[in-house]
Amino acid sequence: MTDAALPARPVPDYLHHGHTIWSWLSTTDHKRIGILFAVSITLFFTIGAVAIAVVRLELLTPAGDLVSDDTYNKLFTLHGIVMVWFFLVPSIPVTFGNFLLPLMIGAKDLAFPRINLLSWYLYLGGAAFTVATIIAGGVDTGWTFYTPYSTMFSNGAVLTAVAGVIVVGFSSVMTGVNFIATTHMLRAPGMTWFRLPLFVWAMYATSLVMVLATPVLAMTLLLIMAERWFELPIFDPSRGGDPLLFQHLFWFYSHPAVYIMVLPAMGVASEIIACFARRRLFGYAFMVYALIGIAVIGFFVWGHHMFVSGQSPYANVVFSFLSFMVAVPSAIKVFNWTATLYRGSIVFTAPMLYAFSFLGLFTIGGLTGLFLATVPIDIHVTDTYFVVAHFHYIMVGASVSAFFGGLHFWWPKITGRLYPELWARFAAVLMFFGFNLTFFPQFVMGYLGMPRRYHVYPPEFQVYHVLSTGGAALLGGAYLMPLAYLVWSLFYGRRAGANPWEAQGLEWQAPSPPPHDNFLTPPRVGDPYDYHPPEGPAALMDDAA
Amino acid sequence: MTASPFLRPPWDNLNRQHQAVSLGMWIFLVSEILLFAGLFAGYGVYRHLYPASFAKASAQTDIVFGTVNTAILMTSSLSIALAGGLARARLPRLAWYCLLATLVLGAAFLVVKGFEYREDIDKHLFPGPQFALGGTGPALFFSFYWIMTGVHAAHVSGGLAAIARLLIASRNEPAWLSGGGSEEATALYWHLVDVIWIVLYPLLYLNGRTHG
Amino acid sequence: MTGMRLSLPEASGNARLVDTAFFTVFGIAAVIFVALFILLVVFSIRYRRGTRARRGPLPSLLRREIEIGWTTATTFVAIFIFWWFVGGFTLPPRAAPNQLEIHVVAKQWMWKAEHPDGAREIDALHLPVNTPIRLVMTSEDVIHSFFVPAFRLKQDVLPARSEVLAFTPTRIGDFHLFCAEFCGTQHSRMTGDIVVMTQPDYAGWVRRQPHGDNLVRQGEALFAKFGCGACHAPESQVHAPKLAGLYGTRVTLADGRRLTADDAYLRNAILHPRDGTVAGYAPIMPDYAGVAGPADIDALIAYLKSQSGLKSQSGLKSQSSPKSQSSPKSQSSPQADR
Ligand code: HEA
Ligand code: HEA
Ligand code: HEC
Ligand code: CUA
Ligand SMILES: [Cu+2]
Repeated sequence: MTDAALPARPVPDYLHHGHTIWSWLSTTDHKRIGILFAVSITLFFTIGAVAIAVVRLELLTPAGDLVSDDTYNKLFTLHGIVMVWFFLVPSIPVTFGNFLLPLMIGAKDLAFPRINLLSWYLYLGGAAFTVATIIAGGVDTGWTFYTPYSTMFSNGAVLTAVAGVIVVGFSSVMTGVNFIATTHMLRAPGMTWFRLPLFVWAMYATSLVMVLATPVLAMTLLLIMAERWFELPIFDPSRGGDPLLFQHLFWFYSHPAVYIMVLPAMGVASEIIACFARRRLFGYAFMVYALIGIAVIGFFVWGHHMFVSGQSPYANVVFSFLSFMVAVPSAIKVFNWTATLYRGSIVFTAPMLYAFSFLGLFTIGGLTGLFLATVPIDIHVTDTYFVVAHFHYIMVGASVSAFFGGLHFWWPKITGRLYPELWARFAAVLMFFGFNLTFFPQFVMGYLGMPRRYHVYPPEFQVYHVLSTGGAALLGGAYLMPLAYLVWSLFYGRRAGANPWEAQGLEWQAPSPPPHDNFLTPPRVGDPYDYHPPEGPAALMDDAA
Repeated sequence: MTASPFLRPPWDNLNRQHQAVSLGMWIFLVSEILLFAGLFAGYGVYRHLYPASFAKASAQTDIVFGTVNTAILMTSSLSIALAGGLARARLPRLAWYCLLATLVLGAAFLVVKGFEYREDIDKHLFPGPQFALGGTGPALFFSFYWIMTGVHAAHVSGGLAAIARLLIASRNEPAWLSGGGSEEATALYWHLVDVIWIVLYPLLYLNGRTHG
Repeated sequence: MTGMRLSLPEASGNARLVDTAFFTVFGIAAVIFVALFILLVVFSIRYRRGTRARRGPLPSLLRREIEIGWTTATTFVAIFIFWWFVGGFTLPPRAAPNQLEIHVVAKQWMWKAEHPDGAREIDALHLPVNTPIRLVMTSEDVIHSFFVPAFRLKQDVLPARSEVLAFTPTRIGDFHLFCAEFCGTQHSRMTGDIVVMTQPDYAGWVRRQPHGDNLVRQGEALFAKFGCGACHAPESQVHAPKLAGLYGTRVTLADGRRLTADDAYLRNAILHPRDGTVAGYAPIMPDYAGVAGPADIDALIAYLKSQSGLKSQSGLKSQSSPKSQSSPKSQSSPQADR
């Protein structure tokens, strides 16, 4: 398939639309802002990874012989804060969401380009506070900041850490506002709501949660700052305050936040599975309602983090029931992804391997969520490594796999280059095994009673920790591989045409990499998953390496 | 149609841009409401736990300052709405002065608030070592009193900055008042600031002064 | 790598139920996961690119039926698991008649336990087997969490509140006690041993412990020390409520609310009386927050309960308190704030 006849003077792509540093730092091009965010969150993922690497090394032995108690507490707190708010909450929306949303709906840019740039600078502001927290000696409250420890007993840098999270919170509110307004107002003619790709629906559902949940977190953390700074009695139990009020306000945000972290991954998985199974997505409408269902019901289940906190047993029963209900839309999505493969023409490229690993690990992570929603089980396993395994299976297993799947799937569109296929498939498989070796043992030791956030532990759990650290080393190595060959592909990778995967979706009608205004000719809007031609282009699949 | 100075990429139609700006502001207003909802939830829980002492404590606030401020803010909401209407009715001069009136009223609100805070501090109404009222309930009430009015005052200041920017921009380019939607967005934001105060007023001032 | 733990003993009455729940949900999840896994593998092999399997669109009616089918099936399975395991389990612990009530105080980074007759221990808890135990737990600083994996039980311990954990140890032996809620620097060192013994061994152990004052006598001493008697003693001229017989009764406050005088009520009445004055009395009682510490409050409450005819009984005949003492039905729910 030859490229459409190029206009006489080739229009420069967005990467060459201005070369100065300032042209990047002051850009309002959604594609460049996506790249700036990609670099920032990769840097912070590394900080989080190094922090947990030291934790994992410490946990090789039951005694606390690598770092002090206090340092250990500060390391896992840093890991939690950085990974949640500075890597995973932004991850897919600010990189692929920013880059692809306008392209997928046939627009030139997001509705508010300048606010999009402000969103990046707010992220940097929050990041500066977090770096200041590290320099000031770190914070040791856990990513949950439970009171009265965080307000009255911790002498770590709580104020700067909390300020950092508040500022980066406004960054994601701005992104949410931008995405919702764009999806409503800038769809190309003919692009009705039910012709939107599911990735756009996922961004929309995620943005709803970002806009509605994040402000509550900002206010809750502001109350911590007020209590610490002015010694107000807000959560101080000895002066009439109620620490459970803090937990309710914190988890009212933090459960919807976990759906902020998984809904984008679901959007990426839908695009990849449809493309490489060459099949129309099974039950498109149900998939859309499921996304919205998760976002909405997700606001009513926060109490399942507090089954043993001292809240009333009747609240436990209600939140347990609602937690079972929130699982149903996820079940629908898993079934629909699997059914999409039926009568497909499946190709196991790297993105597809990542999508399969997303599907498998999300299902395991989600099903263990059902264990936790069952009150008698949760009373035993809460605050143990069973919970740590549950959320890593979804946040690392599912969301990070989908992130890497999206990275490989849209790499040709973003950089105009093809990545080395065989290396990429190897890295995906290595990551899958490294991941399982790291976190499956944590399920077992969790049920056997190994508490979380423990610097020292009884020797009977050492074997599980050694397996887990071994897995983490494998996983760490597997993360480094894409970094290496993707950078290599920037210079030596084969040039990719506009649509190397023969995929549907308007972004594939733009050149790779797209020009500043995205489209040379207005894109043709049609059915987003019209994949019925049984055979994908033979040329594409085999010798893409 | 010559491109109006307010048309900004990626829009190619001023009307669509205008609609988008106000839609964006409405979404932002929802997030602001959720921000205050966290505070109202906390206030509500503690008022339920300590009804008697909340009533006694809020009776200590200065009803005169509170009522005057309510009047000021509601008038400023009226004046900014008038400004928008007059601008659309092609009376930019008058619209500009209404907007100026909003700025002045907003500033007045902050000044009155300043005097009220000074009086509160003199009456030792800030929870701390020499807090005037005993027990736990009153200290919790005043913790929320200071935080709620403080966060609200910050929003008032933000609104005043936006109004000032609009005033300066439209001084020699009156089309700013009906152009790309920034006037309507500023007005929407200001109305939110007013509505939040209308909820704070009964919670902080009228509670405890109703029945005997 | 000494003695790797491969299983967890079931050492309390409800441990069996928790394990049953765990392995049943595990079974259901495994069936669903394996089914999905098989579908994934079969489709991947049968419909990989280049095979001559039948392709082409599915009839849309079939698609809708399948969709509705598995949605309702999933909802049913979810409701089934919820109904089977969560329904009846979570009622608040009722006070069993011959319960052994032990007061536990969590403090940055140790566990203190006090048995009804004054035996005290730190970072350890000796218990008689097959005896209903009632732990009344409070914290002196931050939130801790009393976690015994072998009992499958955990309960957060909060400052200025008393949390109740009721269970019956069913197996003799030593078991881990962990603190499960992050509480600061030495959170991972705030551990202890649960020692479950035969009832005679327990009685012997209790007798061998140095007999500090029992809780009630301590409370009585504090009642005098803090000058409560000045207003509450029967002969005092001050118009203050009679405390004898107060525990477990309904109290009407000045603002019209009616509350049950349980542990939490008494705690607040002593610490923050100004938050809710008893109807018909002047608000003259001083706040004792900051004056009386959590351990003092426990003792005062035990004394006030003893004044209400409720011997804070221990489950054993060998103790002095006559078994036949009928105790008022005290429905203690931790949240009844004033
Ligand atoms: C991406 C993040 C993410 C996601 C998507 C989820 C999804 C779910 N989570 Fe999880 N969770 C976390 C991240 C996440 N969680 C984190 C970070 C914590 C701990 C925070 C901390 O304490 O530090 C946590 C903790 C947590 C707890 C508290 C544990 C404790 O501390 O005591 C509970 C309890 O109910 C829970 C439940 C659930 C449930 C029911 C779902 C459901 O949404 C899952 C639904 C999915 C499925 C069910 C799988 C697909 C379905 C099928 C294959 C069909 C079969 C299904 C049925 C029969 C219903 N989670
Ligand atoms: C949100 C996203 C996210 C992500 C991507 C991750 C990624 C990882 N997480 Fe984390 N994690 C959280 C969110 C996340 N985590 C949260 C919210 C908590 C709770 C915090 C709290 O309790 O407050 C947590 C807590 C947590 C714990 C529990 C700590 C404790 O309770 O004491 C552990 C333990 O193994 C862990 C491990 C890992 C690992 C191995 C990875 C890996 O994916 C990262 C990749 C790993 C590496 C790249 C380094 C490994 C390399 C080696 C070990 C080799 C040797 C090392 C060197 C030579 C440097 N995480
Ligand atoms: C200055 C006199 C005074 C002192 C000293 C005093 N009390 Fe009180 N107490 C009162 C009065 C008056 C009330 C009823 C009004 C109220 O609830 O505040 C009361 C109420 C109570 C109640 C609630 C009674 C009910 O019916 O609900 C309890 C329990 C109590 N006091 C215990 C104590 C204890 C224990 C001490 C010592 C640590 C103490 N008091 C010291 C005067 C006093
Ligand atoms: Cu006490 Cu952790
Ligand atoms: Cu949750």
